Amino acid sequence: MNITGKAWRFGDNVDTDIIIPARYLNTSDPKELAKHCMEGIKPGFTELVKEGDIIVAGRNFGCGSSREHAPLAIKAAGIQVVVAKSFARIFYRNAFNIGLPIIESEEVVDATEEGDTLKIDLDKGEVINLTKNLVFTIQPLPDFMKELITDGGLIPHLAKKGGY
Amino acid sequence: MGMTITEKILAAHADLDMVKPGQLIKARVDMALANDITAPLAIKAFKSAGGEKVFAQDKISLVLDHFTPNKDIPSAIQCQEVRKFAYEQDIINFYDVGSVGIEHVLLPEQGLVLPGDVVIGADSHTCTYGALGAFSTGVGSTDLGAVMLTGEIWLKVPPSIKLVYKGSLPKWITGKDLILYTIGDLGVEGALYKAMEFCGETISQLSMDARFTMANMAIEAGAKNGIFAPDEKTEAYVQPRAKRTYQIYRSDPDAEYLFTREYDVSTLEPQVALPHSPDNVRGVSEVGEIKIDQVVIGSCTNGRLEDLRLAASILKGKKIAKGVRCIVIPGTQQVYLDALKEGIIETFIEAGAAVSTPTCGPCLGGHMGVLAPGEKAVSTTNRNFIGRMGHSQSEVYLTSPAVAAASAIAGKIVGPEEVN
Ligand code: SF4
Repeated sequence: MNITGKAWRFGDNVDTDIIIPARYLNTSDPKELAKHCMEGIKPGFTELVKEGDIIVAGRNFGCGSSREHAPLAIKAAGIQVVVAKSFARIFYRNAFNIGLPIIESEEVVDATEEGDTLKIDLDKGEVINLTKNLVFTIQPLPDFMKELITDGGLIPHLAKKGGY
Repeated sequence: MGMTITEKILAAHADLDMVKPGQLIKARVDMALANDITAPLAIKAFKSAGGEKVFAQDKISLVLDHFTPNKDIPSAIQCQEVRKFAYEQDIINFYDVGSVGIEHVLLPEQGLVLPGDVVIGADSHTCTYGALGAFSTGVGSTDLGAVMLTGEIWLKVPPSIKLVYKGSLPKWITGKDLILYTIGDLGVEGALYKAMEFCGETISQLSMDARFTMANMAIEAGAKNGIFAPDEKTEAYVQPRAKRTYQIYRSDPDAEYLFTREYDVSTLEPQVALPHSPDNVRGVSEVGEIKIDQVVIGSCTNGRLEDLRLAASILKGKKIAKGVRCIVIPGTQQVYLDALKEGIIETFIEAGAAVSTPTCGPCLGGHMGVLAPGEKAVSTTNRNFIGRMGHSQSEVYLTSPAVAAASAIAGKIVGPEEVN
């Protein structure tokens, strides 16, 4: 899986109330949710994002609530992948389950500035910062997570296998 | 090598003799939970995976607690979807307006979660049930949909950290102060992916309500679960409520921990988490002069009878400060009824507080007390992220019910000593 896009840079502990405030959770329509994505710290984010862009953030991305509306809102806003130093555990599960790839890497985050263009090869485990001409290797995913992504998320995976 | 209580419960539910941190397992689920926000997506996931019948009608709880009684048409539609599914599937533990309470207060109260269980909830504060000696953790809706279908979940066995509390509790110091202090020490990702095991001599002094408060906020340190070993208090709480058998697990003396922290509680003062993070914690005397607009007493953290009693003991015969709105929300119908019989509700109303039917309401900025720009609130809830209770320029200070009640009287953040 190959991804190329422009980076939007965020700090540490971006919580689910920032990603999608709870007051908008009276719907689970991803398009509606996307309208309010990141509005607490970057109002108008959704209008700025171009289809295929990338979020690059610090530690503990997605902490807080279990709302799957958070990765759904990010995905529907047009973001293809989130790269962070670390992820909150429920967000990590949710992202894989709905088929939003996420990457954990301190190095990539430290070297990326807002607006840089990143090229990511998930199979090879490689991230290239095309703006700065830097190449990074990333941890390969555990087999089970790879299976989830190839199957398109947990539900298609279950439908295919009739169980886990 | 020995195992921790968390490892033992997970091993038993994966039909394994032993498990190790980092191991991926498939575990049987004793109770699966979703609410009016997370259930609609979980139902969708269940159906798109080809689900026709849930794995067990008595092992699923659907609780309409967040935006209920419905605050607007979209939230009414969400509840309608869940209601339809609950009736269609004959879900036994379905709670609607009139019987509903905040999920994490309600489930233990109804005896639906028990020691030794694996509980999976589409709500991050599912970790609350660790107070009973259960393994319980929050997941998203898709995971929950998969549990409703298969009765199983994939989990990575977490490493455990040991938190040892020593000394006797000073007056006014509650479970909330202990957990705020701990989160202040560990940081919001200090327990990321890990199990927080609460132990030490102080624990026996803590009521079950106080333990629920502590386990509830394990997620605020990033933990997968928080857990207490069951003791006589646990048994006394569980026995009259349990409708099925349960198993008590305890950590082996030679169990392995990633690290241990010791806390002396005997010198602790009431704690406050300042905006905008639950780990931004200070003693109440170090907070400075902060005038407030609203006080919320309730939630899955502090909406139990003991919490209301504590707040009422401070508000008794006093008045809420002019310019402060004080909103009290009992966690369940039973808590409400008990508080009513004890005269606590009367105390709140006489003091000038508004008392509401059980709901999550203001805790997540949903309804029943949303904040305007620039407003400051003291709240007994668990999160004070930007915009959590309303406008992104509002502020939330997290405290115990004692500090919340005292602050309501003073009109600014103060400890209970200052108004008593
Ligand atoms: S009271 Fe607040 S934290 Fe608890 S379940 Fe409801 S919204 Fe979540």
